[in-house]
Amino acid sequence: MSMKSQKDFFSGLLFMAVGVAFAWGATNYSVGTAARMGPGYFPLVLGILLAILGAVITFKAMVVETEDGEKMGPWAWKPLFFIIAANLVFGLLLGGLPSLHIPAMGLIAAIYALTFIASLAGEEFKFKEVVILATVLACLSYVAFILLLKLQFAVWPTLITG
Amino acid sequence: MDLITNLSLGFGVAFTPINLMYAFVGCLLGTLIGVLPGIGPLATIAMLLPATYSLPPVSALIMLAGIYYGAQYGGSTTAILVNLPGESSSVVTVIDGYQMARQGRAGPALAAAGLGSFFAGCVGTLVLAAFAVPLTEVAFKFGPAEYFSLMILGLIGAVVLASGSLLKAIGMILLGLLLGLVGTDVNTGVARFSFDIPELTDGIGFIVIAMGVFGYGEIISNLGKHEDEREVFTADVKGLLPTMEDFKNMVPAVLRGTALGSVLGILPGGGAVMASFAAYTLEKKTRLRPGELPFGKGNIRGVASPEAANNAAAQTSFIPLLTLGIPPNAVMALMVGAMTIHNIQPGPQVMTNNPELFWGLIASMWIGNAMLVILNLPLIGMWIKLLSVPYRWLFPAIVLFCAIGVYSTNNNTFDIWMVGLFGFIGYLFIKLGAEPAPLLLGFILGPMMEENLRRALLLSRGDWSVFVTRGLSASLLAVAALLLVIVLLPVIKRKREEAFVDD
Repeated sequence: MSMKSQKDFFSGLLFMAVGVAFAWGATNYSVGTAARMGPGYFPLVLGILLAILGAVITFKAMVVETEDGEKMGPWAWKPLFFIIAANLVFGLLLGGLPSLHIPAMGLIAAIYALTFIASLAGEEFKFKEVVILATVLACLSYVAFILLLKLQFAVWPTLITG
Repeated sequence: MDLITNLSLGFGVAFTPINLMYAFVGCLLGTLIGVLPGIGPLATIAMLLPATYSLPPVSALIMLAGIYYGAQYGGSTTAILVNLPGESSSVVTVIDGYQMARQGRAGPALAAAGLGSFFAGCVGTLVLAAFAVPLTEVAFKFGPAEYFSLMILGLIGAVVLASGSLLKAIGMILLGLLLGLVGTDVNTGVARFSFDIPELTDGIGFIVIAMGVFGYGEIISNLGKHEDEREVFTADVKGLLPTMEDFKNMVPAVLRGTALGSVLGILPGGGAVMASFAAYTLEKKTRLRPGELPFGKGNIRGVASPEAANNAAAQTSFIPLLTLGIPPNAVMALMVGAMTIHNIQPGPQVMTNNPELFWGLIASMWIGNAMLVILNLPLIGMWIKLLSVPYRWLFPAIVLFCAIGVYSTNNNTFDIWMVGLFGFIGYLFIKLGAEPAPLLLGFILGPMMEENLRRALLLSRGDWSVFVTRGLSASLLAVAALLLVIVLLPVIKRKREEAFVDD
């Protein structure tokens, strides 16, 4: 079995998996008839359609020739990890996690953390520059979102403000 | 004449100093944020939406319209200057616009985009004012079957004119439709696919998907490339205005683009993206004048026409929103959200119940457009300075704005976890060569399609032939089928690929 287009092959697999998952999930709800559709009807139909389409795409990817094999290329693990991590840490610091008793640290701390972690995703990391960038972003965000747009954010750690 | 009376009513509402100020502020903010690479009108509106909560409804919508136009022009600016399309509709602007900038002709390119947009915006406003009323009457003829067929047409239209693999685009639409079904089923109250997570019973946030897939996905992919490949170009902008020769080329292109955009904008699901692609394709088919640069090498027509089409479509895409209540694209879906917050249910009744709002909005669109030209032509120099900020400073800022934007819509950290997940999914899509735009469209239309399908079949007692026995519904489906056939014909398919892949 050979792969003529790597991108399409895996897209097809993805579509198939998601389609089957949704169709299977839909059978947990009442499906009903065309005249009286239950909550499961539409997702079941769409899931089946998506799974069939996925199968067609996968099949095509193994049969139809492409010029360069349409490789997916190397994964950018470093930016992927740091960008997502920066985002998650931002949420953790901004809102805390009551279920694990982690207190909210507020917007300013969250901005510093996000800027530092996100900057690690880039090719060069200059400590001084990142400190300045984080400070500028923190000031700008404070003025724009808290003072001007009046969004309801916790700005400082709840430990201090209580 | 009704048109004049209505327009003057509209201008009477919109032309108050305070509303003009909101239009100006909206335009300014929209441009400032829209010019940031990776932040399109969608993200900009999402971010600035909370700022309009406390305003009276008319002012809020006027400000949002200003933000929308500002953001759209901002996106074109980025496309021309740094080869980064800020949004999907400026993807074609990049092709010739960036080439012009490299030849030191960024000024004429930016001016062509601005002036073309302004002209198209004026025409679009007139079309909107003239045809909104008759189209509303059409809207009353629409039953559930017609709505369902109309949405099918919209989805097919988006697939046909999008670039890339046809099958994968359909797959992405189906995926979007399914994602749109997550949450509580309105008819039975059953929470579907929510895994007992209370936040998921409200469905997945639209902004969460948009920010994750477009914002984070794009940044991760950009950072994965080597620095030379994402070369950011900042040549001096020489000369602001196009020459006489440029104008001679521009004018017919702008006219063609405007006409095409006005028509396509009315179709739900079409909107600005399709319009700019179609306009560029059309320009490429027309013959070059002697001495004109070929397309892809910095032809001013390749900037003027798509930009005009884009803006005309942006204007006329308010027609399905205001008259049928169907958001034609993601941005309009956000506008629906904004209207509901102000207790306005978009649809045919807006015009009769709320004429000040309706015509005020139409008038303010024109004002927003005029504001854009006044604001942007003198500011071109400044944009270039803003864009010379190195990418290593820019991307953490974009990540931050995305995160804040997502959090601020619901003040809920759950959305931040979700955007992280969709960031990964977005990067996966890029790796798989699957375009995310159809997914978003499906996501918006999913719940509405299901609702209308259910209602149509309930009324017909489960008889599927209702979609072809009702005249209007049948013709909508016929157009959809025709579009699909055209694209499946190999000859035309090859041409379609030619139009999008090369350059």
